Amino acid sequence: MGTEKQLYTISIYTENNIGLLNRISAIFQRRHINIESINTSVSEIEGVSRFTILVNMDEDQIKKILGQIEKQVEVIKAYYHTDDDTIYQESCLFKIKSDLLFEERQIQNIIKESNARIVTVNKEFFVLEKSGRRSELELLHRELNAFGIMQFVRSGRIAITKEKLKITEMLNAFKN
Amino acid sequence: MEILTSKQKQYLEQPKERISGSEAIVRCLLAEGVEILYGYPGGAIMPVYDELYKYEGEINHVLTRHEQCAAHAAQGYARISGKVGVAMATSGPGATNLITGIADAQIDSTPIVCITGQVPSHLLGSDAFQETDIVGISTPVTKWNHQITKASQIPEIIARAFYIARSGRPGPVLVDITKDAQFEEFDFQYKKCTGVRSYVPVPETEEGSVAAAAAIINAAKKPMIVWGQGVILSKAEEVLKAVVEKTGIPAAWTILGASAIPTSHPLNIGMVGMHGNYAPNVLTNECDVLIAIGMRFDDRVTGKLDEYATQAKIIHFEIDPSEIDKNVKTDVAVLGDAKTSLTKLLTLLNTNSHPEWLQKFKDLYTIEYDKVIKNDLHPTTEGLTMGEVLKEINIQTKGEAAIVSDVGQHQMIACRYADFNVSKSNITSGGLGTMGFALPAAIGAKMAAPDREVVAIIGDGGYQMTIQELGTIFQNKVPVKIVVLNNEFLGMVRQWQQLFFDKRYASTEMVNPNFVAIAQGYYIEAQKVTKREDLALAVKEMIASDEPYFLEVCVEKENNVFPMVPSGASVSDIRLE
Repeated sequence: MGTEKQLYTISIYTENNIGLLNRISAIFQRRHINIESINTSVSEIEGVSRFTILVNMDEDQIKKILGQIEKQVEVIKAYYHTDDDTIYQESCLFKIKSDLLFEERQIQNIIKESNARIVTVNKEFFVLEKSGRRSELELLHRELNAFGIMQFVRSGRIAITKEKLKITEMLNAFKN
Repeated sequence: MEILTSKQKQYLEQPKERISGSEAIVRCLLAEGVEILYGYPGGAIMPVYDELYKYEGEINHVLTRHEQCAAHAAQGYARISGKVGVAMATSGPGATNLITGIADAQIDSTPIVCITGQVPSHLLGSDAFQETDIVGISTPVTKWNHQITKASQIPEIIARAFYIARSGRPGPVLVDITKDAQFEEFDFQYKKCTGVRSYVPVPETEEGSVAAAAAIINAAKKPMIVWGQGVILSKAEEVLKAVVEKTGIPAAWTILGASAIPTSHPLNIGMVGMHGNYAPNVLTNECDVLIAIGMRFDDRVTGKLDEYATQAKIIHFEIDPSEIDKNVKTDVAVLGDAKTSLTKLLTLLNTNSHPEWLQKFKDLYTIEYDKVIKNDLHPTTEGLTMGEVLKEINIQTKGEAAIVSDVGQHQMIACRYADFNVSKSNITSGGLGTMGFALPAAIGAKMAAPDREVVAIIGDGGYQMTIQELGTIFQNKVPVKIVVLNNEFLGMVRQWQQLFFDKRYASTEMVNPNFVAIAQGYYIEAQKVTKREDLALAVKEMIASDEPYFLEVCVEKENNVFPMVPSGASVSDIRLE
């Protein structure tokens, strides 16, 4: 129990501080844990940042890592979740030659079926945006790759939990 | 609660005033009650030194001979006093030289605040002269760090630095201050920090977990306590003693926990760990309940984890939630401050005694005495042993000295044989194992506690790592007693080479200088002992002296420290020879 590796999403609420990314990534680096993806953004609380980190670990390990993360003075609270606990998305951009839109009719079908969105089109290229699960993004990548992709980029995972996180109450408690 | 001095109050109550950042830094230190700081000047911190000059008499800056030693001196100061130690250095090499001391303070939970100068903010990132990213470098080894680029940030950040360093599980904090922020003028007023919203220094002690712990302890047949530095840091010595005496539970200590309960206490059963005592190591694997208090199950304590107290229920009293289940899985974890938790626990414990169980410790002690201790303390061979030097120090100081040890064989001997009758008496580099720690740490300890006898016990290897601090001792007339146990080897490494590397003594033999002459070169009274018959008198003279004193004792070259839990072995496979 607890020693099987799987993907976990870690959500970390922090103060907005310059050195914190360094502090948090060092915790993983020191233990030779590869970060699959990392995203930082604002959160639902003003002035509070949210890190979303995707890692492949076992549960015993992740509990220890969470302890190390929460120990950092400017970390307010850290949580870990399985895929089932969260609604999660990744996003990606494709840059593709515009000619292909007209020469390869199948591309139009792929775009329609994948629910991808055309962000911009000009004479030379068009940019396609797709958000969703990793598998959907990978499928689209495979399909478009057959025709040639000029540039490709994919974001880190962002995730929102199904359960309520009691972070706001925690912060309110500090004020009072 | 922190008790404020009248001088501190004076600086806390000052009305708003327009002053420079550098003056503000000094006033912040005064408001935090800092009376002594250790450091080394240089370009990027010069404005602060200019203010220290003006505030001479209010605050005492001690010039060490190397920044690493400023950090160690601050550690020694903190460890003996329980107050925050302060070290100061310039940018670049000055700052990087602090790192070893900072890392040491981090792993040994020592509250220090390090203030470093930094190049002016417009030069940050330009590879300017003596620029280094000290915030980046120090991140993994600080509890918290911050760079100040505007004078107006100084009071709040320094207040926070002291608060974070001393609260909860203490640790080192580094504040890096650009030179332009030091020059800049602003409206200064100081307010102490009382909380940081993202930081819970002390988790609340849950009544339920205390009750669960008490139930297990009351039902235990063969319980054993292992306490660590957490007891000293939370000033829980008295309540721990009360717990031990009420329950009759044999209690052992980690190296940093030493001295919380006097050595002579009948239920003090000695040190655990690699070179700890035989009985507590062996019986760790026989007890039915192991009560760990303010300790972190370091690998030097546990030996092979899979074979560590697997038969026992584990209760862990701990202030730092990340330590729970980190190395050893607990049955009951009691989070919180040791003093608070133990005070609650005490009321729930039954009065008890465990005479048969205690007898087992005594029986094993007899074995250890016959095989090891007798030869260490009362040798029949010609060469002097480290143990008999400690024995003489015990006699001359009545076991009331603070022992500041370095790292290696002499350290283990000091921890094993020093009589610790007063708390906060074992100042040593435990977690990091920093050779060179003792001499500068002894300076800090003696200056923080001038009424105490401070004896530095150092090997001939570690001594030469920070030997230049004799200059600091001489200049500041710090009456520390320095004992170098000279075996002309890096003894502990040599011991390992003998036991595990077929006696291939690679780079462990030391050809040493005339240590007495070096001490005398700094006008420090010095003596060398090579014969047993001269030892007692020499130690007596050293302790009787009111001035700094250096004593070199030439000991047997190839003695080993036993008992020993070989690296990777179980604690119950401890070797006596």
